[in-house]
Amino acid sequence: MSVVAADGLRKDFTVWAKAGRFRRERRTVSAVDGVDLRIEPGEMVGYLGPNGAGKSTTLKMLTGILTPSSGTVRVCGLDPVPERARLARRIGAVFGQRSQLWWDLPLAESFTLLRSVYRVPPTDHAKRLAECRDLLDLDEFLATPVRQLSLGQRMRGELTAALLHDPELLFLDEPTIGLDVVSKEAVRGFLAELNQRYGTTLVLTTHDLADIERLCGRLVVVDHGRVVHDGTLAALHERYGSRRRLVVELDEPHERLDVPGATTESVEADGRRQTLVLDGPLPAVVAAVAAAAPLRDLKVVEPAIEEVITRLFRRS
Amino acid sequence: MAENAYAKLLAAQIRGQLQYRLSFTFDLVLNAGITTIDVLVLLAVFRVTPSLAGFGIGAVLLMTGLAQLAFQLADVAVGNLERVPQYLRTGLLDAVLLRPLSTFGQLVVLDFSIRRAGRIVQGLCTYGVALRVADIEWTPARVLLAAVAPLAGAVSYAAIFTAGAATMFWLVDGGEVVNAVTYGGRDFASYPTAMYGAWFGKLFGFALGLASVGYLPALALLGRTDPLGTPAWSHWAAPAVSVVWAFAAAGIWRVGVRHYQSTGS
Repeated sequence: MSVVAADGLRKDFTVWAKAGRFRRERRTVSAVDGVDLRIEPGEMVGYLGPNGAGKSTTLKMLTGILTPSSGTVRVCGLDPVPERARLARRIGAVFGQRSQLWWDLPLAESFTLLRSVYRVPPTDHAKRLAECRDLLDLDEFLATPVRQLSLGQRMRGELTAALLHDPELLFLDEPTIGLDVVSKEAVRGFLAELNQRYGTTLVLTTHDLADIERLCGRLVVVDHGRVVHDGTLAALHERYGSRRRLVVELDEPHERLDVPGATTESVEADGRRQTLVLDGPLPAVVAAVAAAAPLRDLKVVEPAIEEVITRLFRRS
Repeated sequence: MAENAYAKLLAAQIRGQLQYRLSFTFDLVLNAGITTIDVLVLLAVFRVTPSLAGFGIGAVLLMTGLAQLAFQLADVAVGNLERVPQYLRTGLLDAVLLRPLSTFGQLVVLDFSIRRAGRIVQGLCTYGVALRVADIEWTPARVLLAAVAPLAGAVSYAAIFTAGAATMFWLVDGGEVVNAVTYGGRDFASYPTAMYGAWFGKLFGFALGLASVGYLPALALLGRTDPLGTPAWSHWAAPAVSVVWAFAAAGIWRVGVRHYQSTGS
């Protein structure tokens, strides 16, 4: 059964625009405009889109914070808004700006409080906390009041807080935003581990391309409240025409290579270095190049996801 | 499971506030001081008139004591709900909706302010003095009423606070209007309902039920008849009004949260 099943999910907001001195005009804006989404257990899904594309609104509908204007949605088999409390026990959420932690108390106390909030049996709680302490290196700041934690430390605390009740589905809104490189990598590693070890389903929004490459086997790209792409990163490249490139170094100058399955893009150093854009399978192209010219070295350059995403985001 | 999550959250909130000891003590004393002004106003009024609507200073002090203690108890319990617009802005409401507990219960305990507790001291003093100086013929029933009335009044005020806070789901800047009703309601109940103009007294006293906080229970405690002509049994039954208020407020709150969930603002 799908962990998330949304059909024709829609959210309209009413905005009042000034029209004349006293009159105001009512306008309906669709933040989410008919989203169909199925997420299976154990998936890691990147939910991407430019600011204002309707990502947060969708997450809020999936977590029971907002009622959809129309469409149906089931998360863990539950109807999020009417069954909010039951759903809350089965999902976790890390929404960067909204802390789940108690600002003035030592971090460890937040975890104890959350145990009461979610009514987690003490042994389960202790076991999971021990794992998080180990994987996220919490020990050195467990006794520090949350307000004194660095952003990276706090995020590690937030992740732990979201996981102590053993959710099967975890929503993360910009989990690495504002973190330094080391913390980012720690968070990514932890999430990947979580997914691999326990099969926890992850749904994350991010603008960080490294997050996408590392964590999102599947990308759902939304724009203006609609899904514009749903598939793997490779499928996204395919669709937007980004291809792998083959850079070959030759022993001696050679004229522009012309091999089947590739188009030569640039010729440098008198033809000693040439860049080919791949259209066909890599081994066949390499073999063709080796047959045509004395090959010294070669390098495969993966398409830059930056390009694709930027292009995708810019179109809106 | 015996442990209560709300109690734990409340204790945590208080622990957090005790971290700022100096400002805590300062606030506590200041809060107790500010609320004493209302009693001084009452004393000033009685310097120029011997009675209000036929009630002497002892009787009016009893009404004031009841109203203030009730208001202060309610203010300590749920007064922080006036910050609903902030909870919307900062996303606290979203965080609360993500947890498997009631939104109302969580908001009340998560932002509980122990500092307001200082105000109760003043209310208790005023009420205690009033019970001694007012001319009360003590019976077991009156002792019970004297204990129940401030609590029932507190429930009524808490309900008014809650209903007012819930309206801020619609009117984010509605705080001033709501304050007019809550603080106005406290001042109204501090004096005999009979002294107000006819429609004003009826609207606040009987339509909103504020007469049931100070005025009517005071009549029952004093064994006086009402110049407005309400029957004696209703003076004793006045605390029951708080139950009606509580249900009404719970309904309004629920509608408010649902409104937030459908509009997102």
